[in-house]
Amino acid sequence: MMRGAAFQGKQKILETRDLTLHFGGLEALNGLSFSIAPHQIVSVIGPNGAGKTTLLNAITGVYSAHSGDIFFQGTLISRLKPFQITALGINRTFQQAQLFSNMSVLQNVMVGMHPRTSAGFLGGVLHLPGERREEKKIRERAESLLDFFGLLPKADWLPGHLSIAEQKRLEISRAMASEPELLLLDELVAGLNIRETEALGDLIIRLKEKGQTLIVVEHNMHLVMGISDWLIVLHHGSKIGEGRPEDMQKDPKVVEAYLGT
Amino acid sequence: MGKKNKIYLLIYGLIIFALPAILQNNYHLMVLNVAALNIVVVIGLTLLMGYAGQISLGHAAFFGLGAYLSAVFTTTYGFPLWPTVIMAMAITGSIAYAIGIPTLKLEGHYLVMATLGFNIIIYIVMIQFDAVTGGPSGFAGIPRLRMGNFAFGSDRQIYYLLWAVSIAVLILSLNLIYSRVGRAMAALSHNEIAARCAGIDTEGYKVKIFVVSAVLASLAGSLYAHYITFISPGTFSFFYSIQVVTMVLVGGMGSLWGSALGAILLTILPEVLHAVKEYNVLIYGLILMVVLVFFPQGLFPGIAGAFANRRTKNPSDSGKQLALAKRA
Repeated sequence: MMRGAAFQGKQKILETRDLTLHFGGLEALNGLSFSIAPHQIVSVIGPNGAGKTTLLNAITGVYSAHSGDIFFQGTLISRLKPFQITALGINRTFQQAQLFSNMSVLQNVMVGMHPRTSAGFLGGVLHLPGERREEKKIRERAESLLDFFGLLPKADWLPGHLSIAEQKRLEISRAMASEPELLLLDELVAGLNIRETEALGDLIIRLKEKGQTLIVVEHNMHLVMGISDWLIVLHHGSKIGEGRPEDMQKDPKVVEAYLGT
Repeated sequence: MGKKNKIYLLIYGLIIFALPAILQNNYHLMVLNVAALNIVVVIGLTLLMGYAGQISLGHAAFFGLGAYLSAVFTTTYGFPLWPTVIMAMAITGSIAYAIGIPTLKLEGHYLVMATLGFNIIIYIVMIQFDAVTGGPSGFAGIPRLRMGNFAFGSDRQIYYLLWAVSIAVLILSLNLIYSRVGRAMAALSHNEIAARCAGIDTEGYKVKIFVVSAVLASLAGSLYAHYITFISPGTFSFFYSIQVVTMVLVGGMGSLWGSALGAILLTILPEVLHAVKEYNVLIYGLILMVVLVFFPQGLFPGIAGAFANRRTKNPSDSGKQLALAKRA
């Protein structure tokens, strides 16, 4: 493994080692190794088909890697199921917001708290005092999250009636409800106008300032350069470079593969 | 469970309580008693179909297991009545667990095939295992329902017992829907990938819901056996499984109120249609078709949605009402 010794001393929240994943003959991830430090925004960039979304799916357990390992805070997670990985403290959003359209905005966020709460069938059926206390706590926390994301006035709405930008914010608030150590955002601002993009970028920076670690997959280079502390550049499922945004902009390999085109 | 549901429950309870005063005919009461039991089965099935997104064509078998286990253990072996009912629920639940574990892990509708096969197997066992089950001629002499020294003799007395159970199951299920588990179930039925990534053990929940729905069918089956005091395999054939699925679809998948109304409607309808003799099957079929064409989401969500649309002009409000109607 050629990973730089520079990282060895650093604190790592996530680390992948030789991650390989293929669909039939297509190598989606090809021996991918990287690690990221906590409390920063790391953007994963690369041309279409570089394996960015596949990487997020591998980290969250939606796909399982054919070989290689993923460690989260020192725990091997690449053999766990998605709900177990979420319980450990990773959550995500999707390229196209995957909301529960049969539930209100508030209930969507309340579902997000599932891994941090415990009431079971019996508590729910009998409406036991402990369950009632927990429900109250869930509702209050969900409302304060909606408040932070500016969605509280629309708490009773159905997600389908929200704008695309609001749906993205709702999806982030649902993910934040599980109190993740690591938040993965896939195609954060796809389909948004400039003003909405800037607002969401500011929101992401505010999350980071509160100590959140984020991995962002994004095509909007203006946004990426503006918010990222670190870039990882993928091409054909392999890492062709990583570093600070201003350095990556000058890296000839990166420019050839992506930025230059 | 929300104010709306409490008001519905109050009205529903009052009507149920008052009906025997109006209905003097024992036969009418008997039809309603069967409806009360059908509601218990259908509520279980609604949880499975509306919230786990799975269909069972074997609920007649779970209903039958409850009936036969209760009948055989109390009549042949002299077990006490209520502990046997609970034992039957435990055994049926374990069997459902054994069926659910391998089939619900697979994506797709493997549960339909597994339960269909299971129903046929149980039906054959009921007929062929005649030393225990009485075979095709049925099992008679099952002890009547009793509590302590009080024996439920008349249809009227049993009416209040069965409807108390039926309403209790409805209340507990409404509680469940409006809990953390209910939200998780609604999430997984709607978007399984998003539910998994939100930290919900979707496979585990599907198995648990399937077990719960089988246990409810078993409870209804036991009560049925001790009410009618005679059971035969014909009652528990595949056709009853189809019938209860139809009740769920007509009432409204994903709506507990809908499933209760669907069960009542489709239990009473064939009895009403006796009046038109040979045309009854034709009219029954026509009514089903009309309901499914004009209310594809089922009667209850359809009617509730229509009311909500009339009351409000604001599209977001009507959407909200629809959401509430669907979750009720």
